[in-house]
Amino acid sequence: MIGRAWIQRRRPASRQGQAVLWNALAALVFLVMVFPIYWMIATSFKSGRDILSLTPQWFPIHPTLANYEDAWHKPFFLNAVLNSVQVVGTTVLITLALAFLAAVAIARYNFGGRKAFIVLVIGVQMVPLNALIIPIYLLLDGAGQTDRLPGVVVTYLAFVLPFVIWTLRGFIANVPIDLEEQAMIDGCSRGGAFLRILLPLVAPGLVATAIYAFIQAWNEYIVAYVLLPTNENQTLTVWLAGFTTNHGPQWGPLMAAATLTSLPVVAFFIVIQKRVVANLSAGAVKG
Amino acid sequence: MCAATNTDTLLREEPRHRVLGLIAGRRLRKRAAPYFLVAPAVAAIAAILAYPLCLLAVLSLQHYGIRQLFAHQGVWVGIDNYWSLLGDAAFRAVVLRTLIFTFANVAATLVLGTLIALLMERVLPVLRLVVMAGLVLVWATPVVVAVDMWQWMFDYEFGIVNYALTHAGLGNFIHHSWFDNPIQGFTVIGIVIVWGAIPFVTVTLYAGLTQVPREIVEAAEVDGAGPLQVFRYVTVPVLRPIFVILATLSTIWDFQAFNQVWIMLNARPSADYMVMGVYSFVQAFKVSQYGEGAAIAVVMVVVLLLATAFYIRSYLRQAVGGLEGA
Repeated sequence: MIGRAWIQRRRPASRQGQAVLWNALAALVFLVMVFPIYWMIATSFKSGRDILSLTPQWFPIHPTLANYEDAWHKPFFLNAVLNSVQVVGTTVLITLALAFLAAVAIARYNFGGRKAFIVLVIGVQMVPLNALIIPIYLLLDGAGQTDRLPGVVVTYLAFVLPFVIWTLRGFIANVPIDLEEQAMIDGCSRGGAFLRILLPLVAPGLVATAIYAFIQAWNEYIVAYVLLPTNENQTLTVWLAGFTTNHGPQWGPLMAAATLTSLPVVAFFIVIQKRVVANLSAGAVKG
Repeated sequence: MCAATNTDTLLREEPRHRVLGLIAGRRLRKRAAPYFLVAPAVAAIAAILAYPLCLLAVLSLQHYGIRQLFAHQGVWVGIDNYWSLLGDAAFRAVVLRTLIFTFANVAATLVLGTLIALLMERVLPVLRLVVMAGLVLVWATPVVVAVDMWQWMFDYEFGIVNYALTHAGLGNFIHHSWFDNPIQGFTVIGIVIVWGAIPFVTVTLYAGLTQVPREIVEAAEVDGAGPLQVFRYVTVPVLRPIFVILATLSTIWDFQAFNQVWIMLNARPSADYMVMGVYSFVQAFKVSQYGEGAAIAVVMVVVLLLATAFYIRSYLRQAVGGLEGA
């Protein structure tokens, strides 16, 4: 504290100037980072004429919902939304079930092969997933599962599972084992103790990892693009990426559709990000 | 990959495992239980990650074209695919391009992310909250959406970037097409990638910065260290583990970049825009040479493994070591 006061006394004027400079710089960073998102939303509310003007209109002066209506009525939009919801919902549910079981095993049991399993779970996360598209496609093609949603669900499941297992393990390890013992002394079976005691206590962890799986599956593009060739079966990201007509991209409806696509993710992301960051930095600094 | 390994709790829990076991009684069932618990997860990971990885290696040794696709059976050609890649000047260019592009993206992401994180320490709390909220917004934006919005900003006719550059007096950018020249095109794609990657790096580093002990910084300042020296001799050593993780993850993500290139160029990238992820994809799904595409993917995996081996080894050691007591 003494040192700090001394420094402040030494150069008060430059400190003041610096503070203003830093704050101005931070404001600039904010503007640059957020502008593309603002521009997307602003464009989505403009009429076609206002979008295609040589002097850009910084605010939508004549706001309209026409672009949203347009995007909504585009062929296969509703199909795509429905497909995405199905794929994401199934992926999240199955992921949580499998991950909870596996996480209980590595957090609560000591068994031969446990270490190998942990190495597998961590090591697999280092594999560049884009490199696996070709064999996964051929595998599912051979099984007659291309152009069908279950193939995509299974792929997403495997892609998010390792991270979810590892994260849930942390949550479970933080629940004192005494609580389960108490339940078992009171006549609960071990499985019952997991379901009645442990499961409710790791609920925050389940929510956080569910949102993680949700975001990954909702945003995924290349797997769905390869595995779902026909329009009826596309997910939302594939539909959005294919949003071009013979007359070039229609920016208004495209921006409206893009805004709609990101809405659920933004909402969920705001819930999850604090926890993930806390986990990550805690693990890293300790190491 | 984020969860901390908590040695203490595990060590404390250890004898309890046995206590629980005695309470539960039925020894055999107890011993089998964990295997039943991990079996579904192992099956899923093995079927969709491990087996395809092996299949990828096998495929890379086969000729696998349209005819083989219908027969579901490749023709063995040994290392021919690799030989032809090695002799292919275009492929060597692709590798070089990918390495340079990855390095540029990772470096830009880390430098900018670090600078913004350091800046966050020096601004008013309200402003910090606003900037962080903005970063989370960027972070949450799906990649496909991000590419679409940047595409619109860099549109040659009505894009706001061309307008702004022209009116800032930086030259005549009216009807300037950014993708005619691959260096400019890659700059735009790099901007999209770095823009999307900065929030994760900044938020993580800022969280790490708050854990740098204040007293050490003050002690260094009293000893006459300037801001740069404080950064070099106090901040960097404390944050080193985070830097290593972030550099590794960024490398893994940027090296296999596909979506940004593919969607930005409307699914029709010219030869100048082939990076490894795109080239492998095109060889397989557009040219229908699945074997060659697989060989390229194998090269990708191997290069990445070499680049990240150090981190993976130390992380695995830390993760497994942390559990050693159990």
